[in-house]
Amino acid sequence: MDAIEKYVEYTSVSSVAGPLLIVEGVKGVAYGEIVNITCPDGEKRTGQVLEARDDIAVVQVFEGTTGLSTNETRVRFTGETAKIGVSPEMLGRIFNGAGKPIDGGSEIIPEKKMDINGYPLNPVSRKSPNDFVQTGISTIDGTNTLVRGQKLPIFSGSGLPHNQLAAQIARQAKVRGEGEQFAVVFAAMGITAEESNYFMEEFKKTGALEKAVVFINLADDPAIERILTPRIALTTAEYLAYEKDMHVLVILTDITNYCEALREIAAARNEVPGRRGYPGYMYTDLATLYERAGRVKGRKGTVTQIPILTMPHDDITHPIPDLTGYITEGQIVLSRELNRKGVYPPVDVLPSLSRLAGNGQGPGKTREDHSKVISQVYAAYAEGRSLRDLVAVVGEEALTERDRAYLKLAEEFEKKFVQQGKDEDRSIEETLDIVWELLTILPREELKRIPEELIEKYLPKK
Amino acid sequence: MVLGKIVKIAGPVVVAEGMKGSQMYEVVKVGDEKLTGEIIQLKDDRAVIQVYEETAGIKPGEPVEGTGAPLSAELGPGMLKAIYDGIQRPLTAIESETGDIFIPRGVTVPSLPRDIKWEFVPTVKVGDYVEGGDVIGTVEETKSIVHKILVPVGISGKIKEIKSGKFTVEETVAIVETEDGEEKEIIMMQKWPVRKPRPYKEKLPPVIPLITGQRVEDTFFGLAKGGAAAIPGPFGSGKTVTQHQLAKWSDVDVVVYIGCGERGNEMTEVIEEFPHLDDIKTGNKLMDRTILIANTSNMPVAAREASVYTGITIAEYFRDMGCGVLLTADSTSRWAEAMREISGRLEEMPGEEGYPAYLASRLAQFYERAGRVTCLGKEDKQGFVCIVGAVSPPGGDFSEPVTSNTLRIVKVFWALDANLARRRHFPAINWLQSYSLYLDDISGWWEKNTGSDWRELRDEAMNLLQKEAELQEIVQLVGPDALPDRERVILEIARMLREDFLQQDAFNEIDSYCSPMKQYTMLKIIMTLYNRALNAVEKGADPSDISKISVKGDIAKMKYIPEDEFLNKVAPEILEKIDKELDLLVNK
Repeated sequence: MDAIEKYVEYTSVSSVAGPLLIVEGVKGVAYGEIVNITCPDGEKRTGQVLEARDDIAVVQVFEGTTGLSTNETRVRFTGETAKIGVSPEMLGRIFNGAGKPIDGGSEIIPEKKMDINGYPLNPVSRKSPNDFVQTGISTIDGTNTLVRGQKLPIFSGSGLPHNQLAAQIARQAKVRGEGEQFAVVFAAMGITAEESNYFMEEFKKTGALEKAVVFINLADDPAIERILTPRIALTTAEYLAYEKDMHVLVILTDITNYCEALREIAAARNEVPGRRGYPGYMYTDLATLYERAGRVKGRKGTVTQIPILTMPHDDITHPIPDLTGYITEGQIVLSRELNRKGVYPPVDVLPSLSRLAGNGQGPGKTREDHSKVISQVYAAYAEGRSLRDLVAVVGEEALTERDRAYLKLAEEFEKKFVQQGKDEDRSIEETLDIVWELLTILPREELKRIPEELIEKYLPKK
Repeated sequence: MVLGKIVKIAGPVVVAEGMKGSQMYEVVKVGDEKLTGEIIQLKDDRAVIQVYEETAGIKPGEPVEGTGAPLSAELGPGMLKAIYDGIQRPLTAIESETGDIFIPRGVTVPSLPRDIKWEFVPTVKVGDYVEGGDVIGTVEETKSIVHKILVPVGISGKIKEIKSGKFTVEETVAIVETEDGEEKEIIMMQKWPVRKPRPYKEKLPPVIPLITGQRVEDTFFGLAKGGAAAIPGPFGSGKTVTQHQLAKWSDVDVVVYIGCGERGNEMTEVIEEFPHLDDIKTGNKLMDRTILIANTSNMPVAAREASVYTGITIAEYFRDMGCGVLLTADSTSRWAEAMREISGRLEEMPGEEGYPAYLASRLAQFYERAGRVTCLGKEDKQGFVCIVGAVSPPGGDFSEPVTSNTLRIVKVFWALDANLARRRHFPAINWLQSYSLYLDDISGWWEKNTGSDWRELRDEAMNLLQKEAELQEIVQLVGPDALPDRERVILEIARMLREDFLQQDAFNEIDSYCSPMKQYTMLKIIMTLYNRALNAVEKGADPSDISKISVKGDIAKMKYIPEDEFLNKVAPEILEKIDKELDLLVNK
């Protein structure tokens, strides 16, 4: 009977509202099942069951409901939940947000089919992330060290160069001293064609595309498809990592667009809205994405995530960055002020944080002086920054000599440490040496956070 | 058994018909895959069920089977060292059973291992009268904890038979003959519904402080044994380290750590770190007396809702043996969000910010399960459960419903502050925003066990810190030199309090734990310097000279000196040096 039902096509659509379709008189429809929809004009679309009742199914249509009617739309339930066929051949290819190739190449012959929702990792099977990933960017490697298996988002704002930064990370990221396989899975949600072209050009130009799998949902693609895109990308990443032993870096941009899509569906279903109209389950939903980063026992590969989100009105307390910050292990915050000053990448190190930085620093990973010297320069920069406010009130003349040194350090820190070229790939040693150079600005007795022997060894003699 | 059929599925919420005869909060097996769920609403023969596992692929028409029992925890030997999910499924066993790194659906593994035989040592004889809560024997479960086997609540009578030797948790170890002649077999495992508090004889007043070895928490904002505290954790404020420190050093027998909606990697850190942590109290590993409950943020939301109840039930069970238990719930906001999410799916009328109207009462019921009690049983054992609940106010806004409702219930608030963390002041507990309402209750203990002037010193120090905050505003405008001498001394001493007393290095072997006596002595030294310095400036000493005295360096190093050496040798030396140096300044 099941087999027959698979081929039953329902024409009993009772209502169409927003991205949702309500089909009546159905039988045996499973929650989460994938649905094939044929429009009155013959166009095929896909959807997913959001609510299954005895005789009613609520279906969300990924491509949107424009052109659907209540009398001529045909709906067929496939009996399967959302799956994607995966294969190592996906490397070097470009797909749309639903996983269809858009680079003119042939369809992928899947090695296996995997459920895009995945299953939660058993916390007992995880291993702590421990290996330093060098991105070649001082403000990440030095102050907010990224490790394999971590999820470290970039909190940006509209008009800030987060895309350049993401492309630079994708290009430069490497694990040092090992010939291990590295891959990038890039998932774009609701980005403009221009941004998409930029990424494609960057990837092609630098040869990064060969070891990348790219999923693109453009701004004019259906918003609902954005719900699928990151899940497809992460399923691919898990496959490459846990079955093909690759170290996968997943870049998700822009999470804000993803959340908007989530809100759109929630509103269409008349759900009780949470903060700012986002659904109450957004935290859980985001967690099911972000928590798919990790490093597990008995598998060589890892999944590292760099989600990018633009904070509406640069507001870090907005639900999207706020909930993200509670799930991810830190955040890299871009600053409009630094951007205005012409500093690239405009990373504000003060609110930025990598919770796992300590796991990736130290001898054998970076260098023995790493954590100490960074802690010193961070504190000094923080002090220098707060002195700027004081200077605005009392003028620089009123400062003591010590305070002036701190003020100068803050300036130089932004110019030499934060500032770097869009193609400049700094090794961690170069990054740390810059810090030591900066510390010569301070009186030596101010270096309280660094043990004497390290100062002796690394501080440049004037 | 009730057997119904599914009529609706929406996310973790399933509606079934034909469920007449089932009870509220009864556990049911949902669908052909027999996923675990719990009834949360009943109307006629319709039951609304929250399912603890992913529901994709389930169809209307599939069966729902009642189990006749509410969601219960299995209590008995085998819990310690375990890592459970929110509904007490052992994660390590799931891993070895499935051989997979993921948690698939529909796995059922018993909470307590059924194959281990525990050495049962009886402590009662045939003919003894026992009642619920009485100890009938012991099992050395780990090197650190001797597990007491209790007569289940509600059973009393004469011991008819008592065994000795090795048994599994399901084998009978004793038979009790009740007054009406009925024979009750007692096994080492008990089941208890998690949503129902375990009974006790009476609650005791919170007059003994819980010593955590963390100076800012013990000296300034003390928690009483049996009390509840809240910690907000804005991101980047060092909440995790603070909680680990509490688990490592608190003066309790058993630690229950609930990772409720936590990060997977963070939980892993706990899981990896705990087995290696040495336990100063017993000389064994900390894990020997720890139970971890890990329900990470991506695990099913309904199990997250249940996880805090599972945790507190386990904690109460150990309390009933006469143990001290620390329960850490990280984070109760995630728990409240799970409630909100399910309430939303039930289409309930929302209260503030979409949280259900019963949020406040659920929070209060949970925290009310903390307490120091006289346990059931003839022996008058005393045990306590302390709850430390983390809250994660979105956007750091303390006025949001979860934080504000929590603060109405708990009596201790340790205000973690991201700004302090950014200035590398750890533990980043803001001394101006934090509070403890147990101070008056626990002062007596401190005065008896450290020095009679404890309360005076503590209040004076607190006062200084408060004054410093006021003075800082003036200093911002006019600079420190414009202040009167007295105020300059205050600034100097307050800075010392912050840096040399409040700041504590969790990663330093010695400073990680500070005993009450050492805390008291350190505070005493700083406050002695304060009084002497005030005295000196009154007699004409220059405050800028005071900030240059060399004893300051000794005070800064106090925290790194082992306790014995500090109390017996260094502390008297420092006090002497203070006298000497200040005398010199006055005479200059």
